[in-house]
Formats: sequence, C-alpha cells, structure tokens
Amino acid sequence: MNRRHFLRTGLAAAPALTLAGRLFAAPASSPRFLCVFLRGGYDCANFLIPWSSNFYYDSRPKIAIAKPDPAILDGALALDSDWALAPAARDSLGQLYQQRQALFVPFAGTDDLSRSHFETQDSIELGQPVQGQRDFGSGFLARLATTLTGATPIAFTDSLPLAFKGDAGIASMSMQRVGKSPFDDTQTATLRGMYVGSHLESAVTEGLELQQQMAQAMQEEMQAANRGAITTKGFELTAERMARLMRTQYRLGFVDVGGWDTHVNEGGARGALATNLTSLSVGLATFAQSLGDEWNNTVVFVLSEFGRTFRENGNAGTDHGHGSVYWVLGGRINGGRIAGAQVRVAKDTLFQNRDYPVLNDYRSVLAGIFGGMWGLSPQQLQVIFPGAPPLDLQVI
Amino acid sequence: MQTRTLRGLYLAASAALTLAGCAASPPGAPHASYSPDIPWLERLSFGVNSQVLAQYQKLGRSGFLESQLQPTDERLPDPVARELAQLPTAPIDAEHLFVGITLEQRRINALPEGAEKQDARKRLNDQGNQAAYEARRRELLRALYSPAQLKEQMVWFWLNHFSVFEQKGNVRWMLADYSERAIRPHALGHFRDLVMATLRHPAMLQYLDNAQNAVGHINENYARELMELHTLGVDGGYSQHDVQELARVLTGVGVAGPEPPKVRAELRSLYRREGGFEFNPGRHDFGSKVLLGHTLTQAGMAEVAEAVTLLVHQPACARFVSRKLAVYFVGDDPPAGLVERMAQTFQQTDGDIAAVLRTLFTSRELAAQAGRKFKDPMQYVVSALRMAYDTRLIQNTHPVTGWLGALGEPEFGHQTPDGYSLQDTAWSSSGQMSRRFEIARAIGSGSAGLFDPDDGSKAPPAGGFPLLTTPVYYGIVEPTLSMRTHDALQSARSQQEWNLYLLASPDFNYR
Repeated sequence: MNRRHFLRTGLAAAPALTLAGRLFAAPASSPRFLCVFLRGGYDCANFLIPWSSNFYYDSRPKIAIAKPDPAILDGALALDSDWALAPAARDSLGQLYQQRQALFVPFAGTDDLSRSHFETQDSIELGQPVQGQRDFGSGFLARLATTLTGATPIAFTDSLPLAFKGDAGIASMSMQRVGKSPFDDTQTATLRGMYVGSHLESAVTEGLELQQQMAQAMQEEMQAANRGAITTKGFELTAERMARLMRTQYRLGFVDVGGWDTHVNEGGARGALATNLTSLSVGLATFAQSLGDEWNNTVVFVLSEFGRTFRENGNAGTDHGHGSVYWVLGGRINGGRIAGAQVRVAKDTLFQNRDYPVLNDYRSVLAGIFGGMWGLSPQQLQVIFPGAPPLDLQVI
Repeated sequence: MQTRTLRGLYLAASAALTLAGCAASPPGAPHASYSPDIPWLERLSFGVNSQVLAQYQKLGRSGFLESQLQPTDERLPDPVARELAQLPTAPIDAEHLFVGITLEQRRINALPEGAEKQDARKRLNDQGNQAAYEARRRELLRALYSPAQLKEQMVWFWLNHFSVFEQKGNVRWMLADYSERAIRPHALGHFRDLVMATLRHPAMLQYLDNAQNAVGHINENYARELMELHTLGVDGGYSQHDVQELARVLTGVGVAGPEPPKVRAELRSLYRREGGFEFNPGRHDFGSKVLLGHTLTQAGMAEVAEAVTLLVHQPACARFVSRKLAVYFVGDDPPAGLVERMAQTFQQTDGDIAAVLRTLFTSRELAAQAGRKFKDPMQYVVSALRMAYDTRLIQNTHPVTGWLGALGEPEFGHQTPDGYSLQDTAWSSSGQMSRRFEIARAIGSGSAGLFDPDDGSKAPPAGGFPLLTTPVYYGIVEPTLSMRTHDALQSARSQQEWNLYLLASPDFNYR
C-alpha cells in the first residue's frame, strides 16, 4: 500500500469531543488496526501446511492435511512450493491471499518459554521484555493508543484485555448479546451522575454511549434482516459489528477467539480445528467486506500465544509448543507471500526436538508494521515495544 | 418519592430483625444491642439479608464467624430443598448416569443415518443442556438461600479454581455431581482432599484430557494445569520436566467405561473404580519418576496420592492458594503480610481452608478494605436478588443464568481451565457497566419473570416490581449512601426507577 497515503491521513486528526471526553472523529480514511488473539495456542502447522516436508507427514499420521492436489476440490491450497493453506480457510483467506491482501509469518512468536497459556498470553499482551520486572498495568496496545493521536481504541471483549491496560479508560464491549433498549436521557444522566469523580466514571460514560450506538446498530440489522438479508451469528456477527464501529469512530481494535487448545482429536482437513478455522476465516473475510473502502486503510494482525508440538500426541491432538504462524491481512498490504525469516521444516530444525523455533519475534514484527502504518519514530516504537528492534517485513 | 409509605407495604419485614441506625424501627422489633459490622458481613455473604442479620444478632461476631466457618445449619427453604433432592441429576448413582450416556451415544452412533438418528441425537443433546442448566440452578438457589453463605462463596470459588467447562465431552451431565461430590464436601475442609476429589472426578479428567493419558500415549494437559493452576502457580518452581513426570504419574487415571477393562492378573489389585472414576493399572506407566527433585516410592493410585501430597506441601502451594483467597475477599493487590500469615496458617494446619479463612476474616487488612472490592457478576446478581426479594423464593432462574452469561461469568461456562478472573478490573469495563445497569433495570422493574414457573410457562401476574425500600435498606444501606447516590434516588420518577438507581449505584456495586 502507499505508505504516504497512510501517513497523510493518520496524523492530521481533527479531534472532536464526545460525552466521554474522548477524541473521536478521526478522518474517515485514517489507518485502522485490529488485533485478533487466538487464545489456546492454535495449531499453526495444520493451518499453514509445510507440504514440501516429508517430516510433517511422518510426524502426523492421523491429523496431517493431504498435499495440494488439483483433483481434490476442497484440498489444501498451495501458496508456494513449500507452504499450503488449510482447506478450511481456502475460500476466505485463500482468496484474500490471491488478491495480495493476506500474508503469513511462520516461525513467529515470543521468547517466553513457559509453555503456559496464561503466562505466555500475558507476556504477549504486555509486550515488555520477558526478562526483568513487568508492569501489569501497561499493555502494548494501550501504549500504541497513547502514542497516536486520534486513534480511538476499543476492545470487542467482555473485559478489557491486558493488551489495552493503561492509564486511559478504553472502551470494551463484547459484540455478542447486545442490549436492545438504551436508557432514556434522564436515566443516562442520572446513572452517569452517580459515578462522577469515581474511577469508573469514564467506563460508565463510555458504556452508556456504546449501548446507544449498539442499540441503533441492532435496529439497522433487524431492518436488514426484514428485507431478507442473511442473519449471521458467532464470530461472523462479531466481525460485522466490529466493522461497523471501526468504519465510523474506532481505529484500534482488539478481539479474542477461544477454543484452540486441541490436545485431543484435533482433526485434519475436517474436524474441531478446521471448524474453528473456518468460522474465524469467514468472519475475517466478512470484516474486510463490511469495512468497504476502509478495508484499504486497515491492517488485521492475527496471533496466538504459541504453536503446538510438531508431532501429534497419543490422542490425535497436539500439546503446547513454541513457534507459531501469524497472519497479516489488509486491503492494501503487500500480501500474497510468506514473510520473515524461515528455516526448512525437518527434525533437526525443531526447537527442543519438539516445536517450531521462533525466528520472528512478534514485537519486532509488530513494531515494523506500526512504523509503516503511522510513520512512528524509532523512539516512539521503543515506547511501545521496549528493547525490540523493528523488523520491516515490507508489509505496508 | 414517598419511600416511607412504601416501607409499610413491605411484607417480609421480619420482626426478629433489629437494625442499628434504623430511623423508625418496625413496631415490636427489639432494640438494637450492637451495630453489626456490615462491610464484614457483606464479604462473608453473597449479600446481607434479614437472615444474615438475624443470625448475627443471635450469635454475635465471633459466633457468627464460627457458624460460617463450620456450618452446622445448611437448611434450605422447604421448596428448594425438596426440589434439589428431586432433580434427575441428583448424585445418587453417578457411575450409572455417566455410563448410561456413553451407552446411549454408542447406540446412536450405530444407527443408520436418518431421521431416527437425528432425533435421538437431539434428544440426548437437549438432555445434556437441561442437566447443565439444572446444575447452574442448584448452585444459584443455594447461593441465594443457604444460611451457610461463606460456604456457598467457597463452593463458587473452588468451582472456579478447579474450573471445568460444560461444553467439553460429557461434562454437562457431570456438573451437579462434580459440585456435590468433589467440591462441596471439602469447600471448608482440607485443601489436599479437595485436590484429590477433583483429580478423581470424571468431569475434571475429561475436561483436561487425562482420561486419554496412558503409558505410551502421554497427554500432559492435566499434569501441567494441576501444578500451574491448581496447586503451585506458574512461578511455583516446577519445570517442563516436572510436567512430563507428573503426566507419567497420572497415566491410567481416567473415566470408567461401560465395561470394566481387562487387567492383567498381577495388576488387578491396583485397579480402582468408583462413581465414574477409574484407575486402570493397564494404562499406567510403572517406571520410576522424579517429581520436584523427589523420587516417588509408591505405585499406582498410591503414587498419585504421594505426588499430590508432595505438591500441596510445597510452600509455593500455601502462598498461591492464600493469595488467591485474599484477592477474592480483600482486593486485587492484597497486603503481603496478610497473605504471609494465611500461608503460615495453611502450612501449620495441613491446608485447613476454614483455618486460613479465620486468619483472613479476623484480620485488620480485611477491615481496612471495607467497601472497596467491586462485586464480580455472581456476587452482584445474587446480592441484587437478595436485596430485592430477601428470602422470598424466586421460581424461574433462567433470567438469572442469562444475566450471568451477559456479564461474562456464566457458571460452568469458562472455556479455559484458569477460571474467571478475580480482579476488579476484569468486570468493570464500559460494556460490562452498561450491561450491569440493564440488569439492575430488569430486576428493579420486576419484568424479568422471576416468579414464573421455571419450565417457561407464564404465571398470572403477581407482585409487580420489588420494593427495595425494606428494613434492610433503611437499616444498613441508606445510612451509608453517598451524596450522589442519595440525590439520584431522590430524583427517581417511579419505584422502578428508584430500584434501578439503587442497584446501579457505586454503593451497591462494591462490598
């Protein structure tokens, strides 16, 4: 994408105040960033398949996904001579890839070696060096939000994720189970009034405001449904509603998706993992479509706390591993390729004879992307990811 | 609005209730002899109601605390007690129930594709969902109406600490049994017994995949979480090697199938089976194991017990569990001195949970944090219902489970084994605040259908909205209200709106 285009529209924010005293009304075409966290450690080797590696097929007798074969309609989709995409994502992400709107970064992750879901998720969301004292009140997206001007953040989750923990109150609302009827003006003012001066003041104000917006969105959805539009559910519905809010006032988003901890009966081309991948991929394609032209100003980054053991375990599943495959999507990214440092997939290149190694630190990868999107200086990037040298994968 | 006239309408005004600071005591009520420590009672219970106050009045402070630490009276109101005894998921014969589900699944799988198979599958699925709902309802009714309020909080706490997820495997059918048999008997007992009871329950073994863990087919999922989440904490001093060793210890610890397995004669004496749990020595790794630097000396289930004893005797375990309890009852960042004293009690009493809680509830650190802990959704919803309806029994708990879902804390609904966060900040995001207000409105307006029959049919309209202007309100809530909340209540245009403001107020959302 045109780097200058991103820069020109990104910084010249003309702020306007809302109820919450928050800076809204960034220019319509300013950059947007959505972080999608796959909680549970998704099995990247059955998403981006190293199909040139015999070792892959030897290691996964029960769950390996067959090599791309033109004779199989819903087989894996070859992306290049080494990598193929899971059939579950073929129609959604495969298309984006062919339109150069998707790229994948294998051997990506952190240097956290605990192999604990919760420990590693925390360390990723904090984005601080793994060694040394951590500040649990400072997540990397919160630091990004503070660094930027006019890039209003929102978490599409029930509770505020660690990545957004910081000094500023940040809106947070799950896009499922949205209430239909907001409070009237008097009630809204009274409810807010009780919290004036308390540290929940901004959460209450923002919540009541979001409630109004979502009630309106629900009405529009119902009208569309009455006109015969297909009603969506699950992650696709979340994706539609996220796009609605990010198309208008929000610029930095976070959402998490669970159900990736496939220790048992993971499945291959079909099965538990494939079902999850389909729902996620279709949802993200819907997100792209629902953003309309603004998809061209948007970058989606999909990550997970770790990859899984390269070999399947005794229960046709996989256990906690290390290196993962991250996804970058966007209307004008330099996609259609596999990016970052790579290594041949073989027994002797596994990390601790068990997992993918991490060759592309997520902090460096993200710093490179943020630098490209908003033209941030090295000093600013150091605030967001202290101690991580930006890695420019030429995404923007 | 005219709250004073409304007070006269409140039917459940208990004559036994004495309230210090009550502007005008109901006629016939004895005079307050001392003023109850309301913030302390708010944390000992899911919300102070007339029953808590009456008990406190009768027993005094230390007597009340002891009655909560070692409850002898867990009687539920008659209709609730009868119902809980009758639910089909009552833990009469868990093994029979769980094996029956497995057999039914086998039968369905063997059917040819077609309508009959689909119908059978749907019936079984509906039955599973109903079993999960009943398990949630059991927990809710006990939390609302049991006099053993601290125990009910601890049951919630341990169900969360040893969290299982209803959507995994056949866990839905096992939830009620898991609570009744694994958690409740030990909720105020010894921590080691609690760990062993969860380790021997099919719900946990299925949820964390240990049912599949066998020699030559190692699955380390449960082994890791047993140390990281249940006993030691992630910084508890174990390594990846310890995870693998503990996984080997746990091989063969699984779920009983319809037929007892064939076990070689020389191992048969080590076979165990009870209530859906099975230890199958044929699947166990009998090689020697070193855990946390100790070579284990026992064999079979005795080795499992030896490993658990080793884990719970670690100082890291005492600290980990004590700190988590302090976070739940005191605040997000509990004072280190308090946690240290609780951990000492834990170690001196071999993990006696009631003793650790006694240290907590007699501490000045708890008192110093009075009114500063933001209620989590379970505490909020249950306390709001106790405030609104006191001991009047609600019938339909579907709206209540719906609210807990909307607030992100449904019972048995946490997918990952870490359980729900105990931190204030996990529950006070903008979206959660507005949703909480919607629930305050639903309770305050009386429109939620709480007194309709639980089967979904409609009752004749009765009662309308609740009157929150109760003796409990005048006695313990009103005197402490902030000026802003007081003003909001004054501005209410109806009783329903007044109820909304009270339940939505910061005063009511903290304890």
